[in-house]
Amino acid sequence: MTSLPEASAKKLGLVIDLDTCVGCHACATSCKEWNSNGYSAPLTDDDAHGGDPHGTWLNRVHSYEVGDGAESRTVNFPRSCLHCETPACVTVCPTGASYKRASDGIVLVNPDTCIGCKLCSWACPYGAREYDHGDGTMKKCTLCVDRIYNETMAPEDRVPACVRACPTGARHFGDLGDPQSAVSILVAERAGFDLLPEFGYNPVNKYLPPRARKDREVTPRAIEAPLRAGPGSNADRFFAWVDKALSR
Amino acid sequence: MRRVEPDIALSQPSGDEIKTTTCYMCACRCGIRVHLKDGKVRYIDGNRDHPVNKGVICAKGASGIMTHTSPSRLRAPLKRVGPRGSGEFEEISWDEALATATGWLGDVRARDPSRLAFFTGRDQSQALTGWFAQQYGTQNFAAHGGFCSVNMAAAGLYTFGGSFWEFGEPDWEHTRYFLLFGVAEDHASNPIKTALGKLKGKGVKFVAINPVRTGYGAIADEWIGIRPGTDGLFVGSLIHELMRAQKIDLDYLVRYTNAAWLVIEDKGSPDDGLFARDAEGKPLAFDRFAGGLADAARPGVSPALTGTFKLADGRSARPAFALIAERYLADEYAPEKTAAATGVPAETTRRIARELAHAAFEQQVTLDIPWTDSTGRRHEKTVGRPVSMHAMRGISAHANGFQTCRAIHLLQIVLGSIDCPGGFRYKAPFPRPAPPANRPAKPSKPGTPLSGAPLGFPQEPNDLLVDRDGTPQRIDKAYSWDAPLAAHGLMHMVITNAANADPYPVDVLFLFMANMSWNSSMNIPAVLKHLTATDPATGEYRIPKIIYSDAYASEMVAYADLILPDTTYLERWDCISLLDRPISGPEGPADAIRQPVVEPDRDVRGFQSVLLDIGARLKLPGFVTESGAPRYPGGYADYIVNHERAPGIGSLAGFRGADGQAYGRGAANPNQLNAYIEAGCFHQHKLAPDQLYYKHANPAYLEWAKQMGFIGEAKPVVFQLYLESLQKFRLAARGHGAVVPPPGARARIERYFDPIPFWYAPFESETDDAGGFTFSAITQRPMHMYHSWGTHNAWLRQVTAENCLYMHRGRAVQLGIADGDWVWIASAIGRVKGRVRLMEGVNPDTVWTWNAIGRRAGAAALSPDAPEATRGFLLNHLITELLPEREGGYRFSNSDPITGQAAWYDLRVSIEKVATGEARETSPRFEPLPALPAREPEAAL
Repeated sequence: MTSLPEASAKKLGLVIDLDTCVGCHACATSCKEWNSNGYSAPLTDDDAHGGDPHGTWLNRVHSYEVGDGAESRTVNFPRSCLHCETPACVTVCPTGASYKRASDGIVLVNPDTCIGCKLCSWACPYGAREYDHGDGTMKKCTLCVDRIYNETMAPEDRVPACVRACPTGARHFGDLGDPQSAVSILVAERAGFDLLPEFGYNPVNKYLPPRARKDREVTPRAIEAPLRAGPGSNADRFFAWVDKALSR
Repeated sequence: MRRVEPDIALSQPSGDEIKTTTCYMCACRCGIRVHLKDGKVRYIDGNRDHPVNKGVICAKGASGIMTHTSPSRLRAPLKRVGPRGSGEFEEISWDEALATATGWLGDVRARDPSRLAFFTGRDQSQALTGWFAQQYGTQNFAAHGGFCSVNMAAAGLYTFGGSFWEFGEPDWEHTRYFLLFGVAEDHASNPIKTALGKLKGKGVKFVAINPVRTGYGAIADEWIGIRPGTDGLFVGSLIHELMRAQKIDLDYLVRYTNAAWLVIEDKGSPDDGLFARDAEGKPLAFDRFAGGLADAARPGVSPALTGTFKLADGRSARPAFALIAERYLADEYAPEKTAAATGVPAETTRRIARELAHAAFEQQVTLDIPWTDSTGRRHEKTVGRPVSMHAMRGISAHANGFQTCRAIHLLQIVLGSIDCPGGFRYKAPFPRPAPPANRPAKPSKPGTPLSGAPLGFPQEPNDLLVDRDGTPQRIDKAYSWDAPLAAHGLMHMVITNAANADPYPVDVLFLFMANMSWNSSMNIPAVLKHLTATDPATGEYRIPKIIYSDAYASEMVAYADLILPDTTYLERWDCISLLDRPISGPEGPADAIRQPVVEPDRDVRGFQSVLLDIGARLKLPGFVTESGAPRYPGGYADYIVNHERAPGIGSLAGFRGADGQAYGRGAANPNQLNAYIEAGCFHQHKLAPDQLYYKHANPAYLEWAKQMGFIGEAKPVVFQLYLESLQKFRLAARGHGAVVPPPGARARIERYFDPIPFWYAPFESETDDAGGFTFSAITQRPMHMYHSWGTHNAWLRQVTAENCLYMHRGRAVQLGIADGDWVWIASAIGRVKGRVRLMEGVNPDTVWTWNAIGRRAGAAALSPDAPEATRGFLLNHLITELLPEREGGYRFSNSDPITGQAAWYDLRVSIEKVATGEARETSPRFEPLPALPAREPEAAL
């Protein structure tokens, strides 16, 4: 068992907008690209050009439908570590390799002490951890810890690679421990929610629900009146209006 | 366990060096930053300063490293040593390759240059490739537009001098209502995604009209799951409703369109349906105040839009708009009449019309920008109707796509929403005159260049490339009576026509970057036969010589005789030019370059440099100096900087002149490429505020555009709601004029060349309903792969390595088909086996799959058991390239009869569960392609 730090004031995490995620996978491949070489390297690919291509990813996107018939909708759902406040993946770790940072709440794996026992991936209900066959350790989202404090980068680039990439602006990064932060305000305004709160792991990452659809009457029936039938054909009535309008 | 927090290196640099260039993982042309470590590509992200993507990057762009290092990269020039299609090659030197190509091409040029068919695929250098064809002297040139979206381009350019995508875009900042038609998750990539995110944030309503609800449609405020090929009916009903509701911007129509121009009504006469003109040829309108005929363009005229008027010669004429209104107000476009065909309930159509009217007329946008229009009237504010639209393949890939796209433009224009705040905005060099002024060049004599560019825009039968008897003069039959306005050619018909010697054989087929033996052709089994067919008399291949250039071992490689291996996009110079397909935005013109961020580690050369080399070896005019030496010995980079198309106008508009200070026009600047590199590999010119809107009638813009060489004259662009050019072809079909269609084509021209947009049923549906092929079948483009050759990318194929056939759940249940079942998908010409997935978000009469996932075993250096080959499939096998025989036995191509656009999405199929015991793998499968020779072991990933 690995112990957790005192709850940190700073809770870095992601806010992911399910209303605008189009399921393009930009976040997934940008993550793969950055982390194939950064702190998490390697992210091994097996059978890359063969019959069963698969590999280690820290972020994946799932697209599926919910509901039936006219009420159904398509949801694109990016999935990665939620950096829980009370993560079971850390507490089950037999070597202390999994840990939650005291300073910012990021959950990380120390590759030097990870023995690849996979207990953490069994403990995580979100499927956020992946075992890398290449180096025999567990891999997971680091919130790009090697980017967000990186003094060799321009300040605006010090965000996770997925956030830097996202074309629709559906991914937001910030301190969810600060109620005045942009991400906290977004969560408050848009009724951001936790995934599977019933497990009690208190995820830091939040998801914003899809906005209400506007496929019912939303505008005044402003153009209704002239549609009423009058004498003559459609064209007769229309031409009469055109002549009158042009004479004004 | 004690908590231990190890020290982590938090500030490692991303690499040793960051270089900017332009992405080529699709056609979007985003700016990227390539992070290099130890001379190798370590990471690619978006360039924040770049006007296209403003820093973001898509799944393809972020996977570029795996395409750049793919084991399927070609390594050296190849010559075929086994039978064609066997994939047996031998590596040769560039000297031998270039000498071979030059020998073949020189011989053909001396005999009959039209016997060279030169077609390029995802070519972003058409200013060069088109010029090569012109100087070589073959009219048989085009790029991939004919099977991509020529319907969009042509309909827009003929109607209002612009079009969607590269030609213009919605005013994302100000629009209040956005309609997205048939965007199969393709063009454009990042700009649309970014804009949709913003629209949703602002609460702007976004309606997706698409048979399939994935991707963009998934986040739409409203999804309209229309039946493929019926968008024109839906749009017609919207126009019908807007007219019934009297929500039409009449002032806009009078100011900017030909709505008031008088159309001659004189059945049987050679000018029936043409505009009535004065002695100087100027179109006439009826001036309501003066009570007589007047030059329609004269300021102060108050033209009538309704009524019937007498011309000086006693004949009668009516304003074009009256004819248009009568068509759309007819019952056939009433929402309750179109609902059955479109699948869109009448009440939904009426509501969308109400919402459009509300946004356009109740939510006007007023900007504090004074401007002066082309009649000299000053406007203190710039006012607009904030309704915008975008459309792509779902509209264009039907045989009715040109007229449907014209109907969409008509809808935009009756709402007054072209190039106004909140509407649809042109991107420079557009607008251009409508119809476009340039015509296709006629065939030349042996050893002689064409008199002009091979591609252009016919306006009347005289502009066609046909013999006296109507025989097409182009191998693809573009600009013939089969497809008179085929402004981008018909690349999808070249192989078929050449093998059938219809209209004539070719000696050399020269292709670049187009997988024509696979996912870019219809009826692939037939195409493969054509590529390997021999003449029984001589034993020679019917297409005697095939040269192909590609960077990767695509399926087409096996069918070429000579392979010229191209570089990856990170190893090359390119220009994204205002002469071709620039990256302009509504705020101003922009162009860009690619620079080699790494050197090739193989014996490969950029295709454009190779083409310049071949041109010089052939001594083509312009490719050599007066002394016969190569004019651009430095290859493509040399050409980009030093080639001038007109005095002072070259490939790149930025940093011209000896001092690099000139824009648009100026002497070649030897330091121009360095200046681009320093600027991030692009250059953007910002228009002045008074040039930003109403560019089609805004002298501040038009005068400047003329100086830049974008347009010949600074005259306003008048929107051609009534397209007289089409009527001229119709009149020819009625026997008028010197150039008339052969009898078999007359009825077709008469029917489809209607000068007023209208809807007609896609061709395949006419015959296929009767055959039991009741489902429409279409493809969508996976956002993470489209246009990227993604299936050999080690990361992207982990996202999608096989495609399924998606069906509506309710309809599948009726057929006894369950999720995961294998089915036969059958059309009139064949059948394909695939696995079914069920869903709700699809039009019930439509089945669909992801495009271009299926691959031939062995292609792209994938192992033969790759899911792309064993389970992935193409619908291409089911799409006929030729329509059924008509009277006289003639078979028209499966294309739009006006533009020749490939009608991919007209496909009709039946679905049937496979028999018990049948193999759970796709069919048909083709002989696996062998690995190509490699002089060195393939690099491990």
